Amino acid sequence: MICDHCKLRPATVHFTKIVAGQKTDYHLCEQCAQEHGDFFAKAAQAFHFNDLLSSLLNMESSPGFTSLPMSNARCNVCGMTYNQFTQIGRFGCPNCYESFASRLEPLLKRIQSNTAHVGKVPQKSGEATRSRNELQQLRKELQTAVTTEQYEQAAKIRDKIRELEQKLEG
Amino acid sequence: MSLGDFLQKAMSQWMREGGPQDDIILTSRIRVARNLEGIPFPVLQTDTHADEVIRVTQSALAKTQIPDVKFEFVRCSDMSALERQVLVEKHLISPDLAEQVKHGAVALSDNEVISIMVNEEDHLRIQCIMPGFRLQEAWNLANSVDDELEGILAYAFHERFGYLTACPTNVGTGLRASVMMHLPGLVISDNINRMLSAVSQVGLMVRGMYGEGSEAAGNVFQVSNQITLGESEEEIINNLTGVVQQMMDHERAARHALVQHNRSALEDRVGRSFGILAYARRIDSKETMQLLSDVRLGIDLGIIKGVSAGILKELMVMTQPAFLQKYFQQELLPMERDVRRAALVRERLRLDDAEVQ
Repeated sequence: MICDHCKLRPATVHFTKIVAGQKTDYHLCEQCAQEHGDFFAKAAQAFHFNDLLSSLLNMESSPGFTSLPMSNARCNVCGMTYNQFTQIGRFGCPNCYESFASRLEPLLKRIQSNTAHVGKVPQKSGEATRSRNELQQLRKELQTAVTTEQYEQAAKIRDKIRELEQKLEG
Repeated sequence: MSLGDFLQKAMSQWMREGGPQDDIILTSRIRVARNLEGIPFPVLQTDTHADEVIRVTQSALAKTQIPDVKFEFVRCSDMSALERQVLVEKHLISPDLAEQVKHGAVALSDNEVISIMVNEEDHLRIQCIMPGFRLQEAWNLANSVDDELEGILAYAFHERFGYLTACPTNVGTGLRASVMMHLPGLVISDNINRMLSAVSQVGLMVRGMYGEGSEAAGNVFQVSNQITLGESEEEIINNLTGVVQQMMDHERAARHALVQHNRSALEDRVGRSFGILAYARRIDSKETMQLLSDVRLGIDLGIIKGVSAGILKELMVMTQPAFLQKYFQQELLPMERDVRRAALVRERLRLDDAEVQ
């Protein structure tokens, strides 16, 4: 098939445009498709990571996802709405994570396959988090100590756990 | 100024020096994303917010004490478009930051190992780039810079989600570890696609030399972690290290097989590429990269002697558009660039005493 436009090169871009019920088929070569204005240029452009992300975010509106009345949710600090977030794929401020928390879990599961941070915790803002992580680690160690019958070691770990638990509650 | 002097001055440490496994690994790079508490992310930033972020970062950096590190702090608006582009080509800032003329800024350590981008997608992006396979070392340095800054700045940190970032793909550790690799053996032996699809199945991503959307010119690939949440920094770095190690083994095996079974074809390819680079009068950057890749392979396999192995790293940056214009100190149209690029490559090759077997 020859390009409709230049009538020279082979048509490699096939396009159906429906405007107000009026259907038109286009068969163009890549060069003419690029020159044919933004309508086609967009299809030919490199696929951007942002598009991918926002399509993931918009999956909720596709069949199979029950739409939650969340799209109107608005961050009370920066004013960004959940809808806006799905459009640009970026949060407006740190507080957005709190404001949209109920929607975040499935989203993070999809793009990160995890929903909770493990790893570095800043000294200043993360005192409690650090203790909690340590606690989790100690509980794991306790289990290993018990299963391998290292009871002396297990007792030591248990004491540490108690100490930490008290610190966290106090 | 002679080319040698210019190179000494204009090159970052990662371009100038070698490192472990540098027959395959060009650079190891760590980037951590951090944001300040209570200030909107750059996407919603006003001029006042942006100035505030720059002000507190600059004053925090002045107070940090990292042995042997001195920072130079510069706003994007105080650099010319060409200067910003040169930093992009040296991998010290991202193309996005170069476009943040009004709000962007960068702090560079004097050896250009550490660069801290301010008001890119996140308030702060701390980067360490080192030659060779040194992920752990790069992480240790980035981590210590982060510790110093955290002592002064209030970071946005969430108990459950970790370090908060503008894009949910960076949340958690905010860590992106990446390794830039030269894989001509896998490309020539047609094993690269299998390798890359295997890599992408273990949660890593592969991109070309200049990041997202760039193609793998000159058989140079960047491999980095994709997941930033739910894995610790150590796990992320260990995973990447393990996979890169395996990729290196495959690359070495592919090179060995080429020498064993296709020696004359290989020597022919390397010799021709060297010849073109040494004598061409006009050359575009894609062809330059491809030929440099062949020459570097020839050096690694002992087919070319007397040419420094660093030539691929050096010239792949030097022959980029902005760098060329900086060297020749004038604006150049693409066609003129091709002429100057060929001249620069010829001159650089003449600095060494090449001997092609």
